Amino acid sequence: MKGYKIIVLAKQVPDTRNVGKDAMKADGTVNRAALPAIFNPEDLNALEQALRIKDQYPGTTVQILTMGPGRAADIIREGLFRGADGGILLTDRAFAGSDTLATSYAIGQALKKIGDVDMIIAGRQAIDGDTAQVGPQVAEKLSMLQVTYVEEVKELKKDTIVLKRRLDRGVETVKCKLPLVITVNGTAPECRARNAKLLMTFKRAKTVTELQKENEDYTTLYNDRPELNIPEWTVNDIETDASQLGLSGSPTKVKSIENVVLQAKDSKIISSADADIESMMLELLESHTIG
Amino acid sequence: MNNIFVYCEIEDGQVAEVSLELLTKGRSLANELKCKLEAIAIGHKLDGVEKQVMPYGVDTLYLADDKRLYPYQTLPHTSIVVKLFEEQKPQIAFMGASSIGRDLGPRVSSALHSGLTADCTSLLIGDHYDKKADKKYENLLYQIRPAFGGNIIATIINPDCRPQMATVREGVMKKEILDPKYKGKVVNLDVSKYVSDSDFVVEIIERHMEKSKLNIKGAPIIVAGGYGVGSKENFRLLNELAEVLGGEVGASRAAVDAGYVEHERQIGQTGLTVRPKLYIACGISGQIQHRAGMEQSAQIIAINTDPEAPINSIADYVITGDIADIIPKMIKYYKKNTK
Ligand SMILES: Cc1cc2nc3c(=O)[nH]c(=O)nc-3n(C[C@H](O)[C@H](O)[C@H](O)COP(=O)(O)OP(=O)(O)OC[C@H]3O[C@@H](n4cnc5c(N)ncnc54)[C@H](O)[C@@H]3O)c2cc1C
Ligand SMILES: Cc1cc2nc3c(=O)[nH]c(=O)nc-3n(C[C@H](O)[C@H](O)[C@H](O)COP(=O)(O)OP(=O)(O)OC[C@H]3O[C@@H](n4cnc5c(N)ncnc54)[C@H](O)[C@@H]3O)c2cc1C
Repeated sequence: MKGYKIIVLAKQVPDTRNVGKDAMKADGTVNRAALPAIFNPEDLNALEQALRIKDQYPGTTVQILTMGPGRAADIIREGLFRGADGGILLTDRAFAGSDTLATSYAIGQALKKIGDVDMIIAGRQAIDGDTAQVGPQVAEKLSMLQVTYVEEVKELKKDTIVLKRRLDRGVETVKCKLPLVITVNGTAPECRARNAKLLMTFKRAKTVTELQKENEDYTTLYNDRPELNIPEWTVNDIETDASQLGLSGSPTKVKSIENVVLQAKDSKIISSADADIESMMLELLESHTIG
Repeated sequence: MNNIFVYCEIEDGQVAEVSLELLTKGRSLANELKCKLEAIAIGHKLDGVEKQVMPYGVDTLYLADDKRLYPYQTLPHTSIVVKLFEEQKPQIAFMGASSIGRDLGPRVSSALHSGLTADCTSLLIGDHYDKKADKKYENLLYQIRPAFGGNIIATIINPDCRPQMATVREGVMKKEILDPKYKGKVVNLDVSKYVSDSDFVVEIIERHMEKSKLNIKGAPIIVAGGYGVGSKENFRLLNELAEVLGGEVGASRAAVDAGYVEHERQIGQTGLTVRPKLYIACGISGQIQHRAGMEQSAQIIAINTDPEAPINSIADYVITGDIADIIPKMIKYYKKNTK
């Protein structure tokens, strides 16, 4: 058997779980610079599922596809450190300001160029936009089947896969044929740690843009070790209809953004003294809030 | 005709709470826009659906009834909704931000190239002026949603593509019967015109759906505990207070993560959204993600050792002190004054 061709969709996101005091600028906009950029957590769960299939089926390849600014090359390196075979950075100013549909369109076009994929594995949801829309939208763009909320691959035999899904109020086990798009839940097993050997091998994996910035001569390096070249695709590398790209190609527009501010209520301050607690309980009883 | 559409989720012949909540919202927006409210239910043995949804003011109910359409599957449900929307051209469409709505919604929006706003907490009608194009838009749907882990609230619009689609979580909108005798018309779709055999490629091998045993969302009083409760044992105090007052116990994520209490009780952005008559927050600091699920409670009591805890700023009663001291007193004085 030749193994499977798997693409993992992974996004670099600001670490919204550790938002500090300087996360918002004075004008109320998010200060992305103050938030560390991380591998979207559920995309790590997705990567682990792909790597498990690779462990089991020799010949399987796992590639990371990420769309984002130049620094998103970190995502591909992170994937390489954990066992992915390679990755592609989809990066262009033309993609800036994309909503989920424009994002899915660009990612879908890149996947068409990659071609002949057995499985596309995405995270359920990214922690910044928080929509969980990109996976299913990519599937629709490619006319592929999708199975969302996957927690476990229970069985994989030739082109038939059995998946366990974790839903709002239960679990479901489904069987279907490849190729398909899978989105993986945070309840799936965590991703394995970086592998020390892979870290040594791939720490110099760079995009051409990164090497140019560092003024390094990359020709000899890449001639010797082509696997260290992280390919960058711009809008010119994929077939696109410009009207579906970026901000102008996005049906949804952000009209306004508000910083969340705490609104102070008129609170009654109560001590823990018996008399205070009793009078509060009496008030609540009188207003029929309790009782 | 450009009406408002709600996709109704069905489980065991019952229309999901979230769908009824969306019908209520859809009805009020339809009145404002002077258009009709329409609903679509897809599944099998849908006889009881009409009775369940009409009181919410549905003008047209589309039914797609076929053995193969229950339980929910992505491709056939997408195919039906996409074709129906192509025919009916709704201006607005709502789905639950549930495991079904979040599977179906993006698929439909991708097929129709219409925008989709996820997890809205508020939906309003308003105008928009596009400076660049010098174009005025009237009666757009303002889709208001938190993002960035709840740190910002964005108003999103969909000026040019239709339908304007949004998903909303269960418990965010209020469900309210319009008129128990409201009668709209029922249209039975010819399913074979909307799906093809090739849509049925997924075999559901096993399915366990649990009816939530807990009814935290329906409880008039919620006694919620956070990390400050300190242990599983200490949660017993909260159980006791909840029992005495006739309420339910809820929790913050930190309390759930610490194993003090089951996950089903988590309140907040990634848990339940509740709006009880009284919310008693015990040892909860009041981070934005927690507040997102409870700040619409009619009255809030905060019990916290920290007089500066963020929860205090949204509380009606702020009690500074230790829960181990205060909760027994609340129980004592409740009992004393109700006898
Ligand atoms: C405040 C705010 C609110 C927004 N609200 C909406 C909205 O309601 N509707 C809307 O259409 N857009 C919205 N957007 C835009 C949306 O966040 C972006 O389009 C974003 O790039 C993709 O959506 P997401 O982060 O929600 O990803 P999700 O759909 O949650 O991501 C799901 C999975 O798709 C894959 N994926 C997503 N993005 C990428 C990528 N760039 N590269 C590789 N894989 C990827 C990952 O596997 C990820 O786990 C909003 C943006 C902001 C700032
Ligand atoms: C994407 C995302 C989603 C999230 N979703 C949720 C969610 O759905 N729900 C949720 O709750 N959280 C959620 N969180 C987590 C949230 O940010 C907070 O970490 C969490 O709410 C904190 O819980 P807590 O208030 O119980 O704990 P802490 O913040 O640790 O607060 C404990 C409080 O107890 C007080 N205290 C200590 N001892 C006592 C005592 N003896 N008596 C009285 N008071 C005492 C302390 O002063 C303190 O204020 C989410 C976070 C992220 C990033």
